[in-house]
Amino acid sequence: MAGLHKSEFANPVVNWIDTRLPIFTMMQKEYGVFPTPKNFNYFWNFGALAMINLVIMIATGIFLAMNYTPHVSMAFDSVERIMRDVNYGWLLRYVHANGASMFFIVTYIHIFRGLYYGSYKAPRELLWMIGVVILLVMMATAFMGYVLPWGQMSYWGATVITNLFSAIPVVGESVVTWLWGGFSVDNPTLNRFFSLHFLLPFVLVGVVFLHVAALHITGSNNPLGIDVKSPQDTLPFHPYYTMKDSVGICVYLLVFAALVFFAPNLFMAAENYIPANPLVTPSEIVPEWYFLPFYAILRSVPSKLGGVLLMFGAIAVLFVLPWLDTSPVRSSKFRPIYRNFFWVLLVAVVVLGLVGAHRPEGVWVVLGRLATFYYFFHFLILLPVLGKLERPLPLPESISRPVMAGGGGPLPGGAAAKPMEKI
Amino acid sequence: MANSMPATEAGHHGGDVTKRDFLKLVAGAGAAVGVGAIAWPLIDSMNPSADVLALSSTTVDLAPIQAGQAITVVWRGKPVFVRRRTPDEIKTAQSVAQNTLADPALDSARVKPGKEEWLVVVGICTHLGCVPIGNKPTEARGDFGGWFCPCHGSQYDVSGRVRHGPAPGNLAVPPYAFDGDTKIKIG
Repeated sequence: MAGLHKSEFANPVVNWIDTRLPIFTMMQKEYGVFPTPKNFNYFWNFGALAMINLVIMIATGIFLAMNYTPHVSMAFDSVERIMRDVNYGWLLRYVHANGASMFFIVTYIHIFRGLYYGSYKAPRELLWMIGVVILLVMMATAFMGYVLPWGQMSYWGATVITNLFSAIPVVGESVVTWLWGGFSVDNPTLNRFFSLHFLLPFVLVGVVFLHVAALHITGSNNPLGIDVKSPQDTLPFHPYYTMKDSVGICVYLLVFAALVFFAPNLFMAAENYIPANPLVTPSEIVPEWYFLPFYAILRSVPSKLGGVLLMFGAIAVLFVLPWLDTSPVRSSKFRPIYRNFFWVLLVAVVVLGLVGAHRPEGVWVVLGRLATFYYFFHFLILLPVLGKLERPLPLPESISRPVMAGGGGPLPGGAAAKPMEKI
Repeated sequence: MANSMPATEAGHHGGDVTKRDFLKLVAGAGAAVGVGAIAWPLIDSMNPSADVLALSSTTVDLAPIQAGQAITVVWRGKPVFVRRRTPDEIKTAQSVAQNTLADPALDSARVKPGKEEWLVVVGICTHLGCVPIGNKPTEARGDFGGWFCPCHGSQYDVSGRVRHGPAPGNLAVPPYAFDGDTKIKIG
């Protein structure tokens, strides 16, 4: 149905636009008065932080691209020129390179927040799955970006990762040749990685839009994991959460600035300041820190195809997580047993990260296999079984009336019929 | 549709196949073929181009290589190892029991007849594509006297066959031919 929107904005210019294209009304509805659970803790900052991080990456990336040359004989030098000759080039590059690390720190915290508070459960399954797509696109983007400076780690990282596809039976070799555009990682590979590294962030913007759109249909989860029951349980997004997010943004920017200005090479491999040499493999190839847990899973399996399958399986299992976890209770606050295993999972992932950073020898092999086993055990066996066995703690009646002494008490069976008291 | 015939045609329970269904199928199939025809040039443009394919042969002069030495040459952007094996190494390579190999292959199938001295293999580990070490005298050659991959610990013997580690296959033997006794053409 066509028809002008009846705008309520007083400003005549805003009103004129809003009548024809109600974006101001939409912003007001989705970010102004949007009803948001009133009990958020600071872990609910990280979605907004990730979005800001994406904007920072796109902004710095566009200006870096103005000075970068995607050619095997010039790429390394053009990056060094950015560092030495381009005005503020060092700042752009260090913000962009460390921004990738910040992006993954923020996103991983965001994901573990979701795991702890059960944010993936009904009705937020699709929201969660879109989030896993975002993670995959982020990983692809980060990987291709790391290849662009064309240092030794860039080159050999690209070689090892693209070779993962050679494990596919029958067509593997053809797929790898197609990915490379040649018979090894070379100029055609660098060109296409640059093209895709420029494209994918904008794909990310699109998928993030869907993520946020889905969030605004289901509404946010909250630390208690129970549904919003009445307007008393919510606050308007602005000014309450714009303010709370701003506090988080300040802390985030402090950490970001500390990295960029005081330890810009903390996460970078010295090896990558050596230009790529296709004839010499560095004695140790280590991916960026945010890929280490997955790299460890890859190396923990003594079969090439098996390792590759398990590594991709580590992400794939997240797609079906909403159906693996059979417990109807969302928040770990009320799941006394799951709560402990959540921390075991976190430790297992950190251990995998450490294993990925070390040569696959001695104790690291054993640790890697144990942690890999636990990772899959946790999702595939523990979560389905635990949901049936665990006896959750009593859930509070509503967000406004948490379980506390004198706070209304736990909800006994049949108490749902109790008339709501005035607050 | 109320006057449709009794279900004499099996498989169309209550639903008639109309001309519109047919048109939808034909239009859909036509569109799919069209999209495929447009997509293929885009996909194929990412395959190796003519100039990349044109650089596909390399000639190597074998004269300066001493027995026991190995050199690395570049073919199609990849390292190729050319190794002049000592009589001892040849004997070891030929006497390995096939059932101890992960990827069984006779040494005689990996060299040219009468030229057992020369082993030519692509110097790319079949695991994830690192370049194994062992060509320089200072480098570790692993427990089997061939090559050792520093990335994930695979080891190859003097015939380039995988003997240990995660690599699933032997080092590939590229297509090559002798041009006289002291020259080979790879590719």
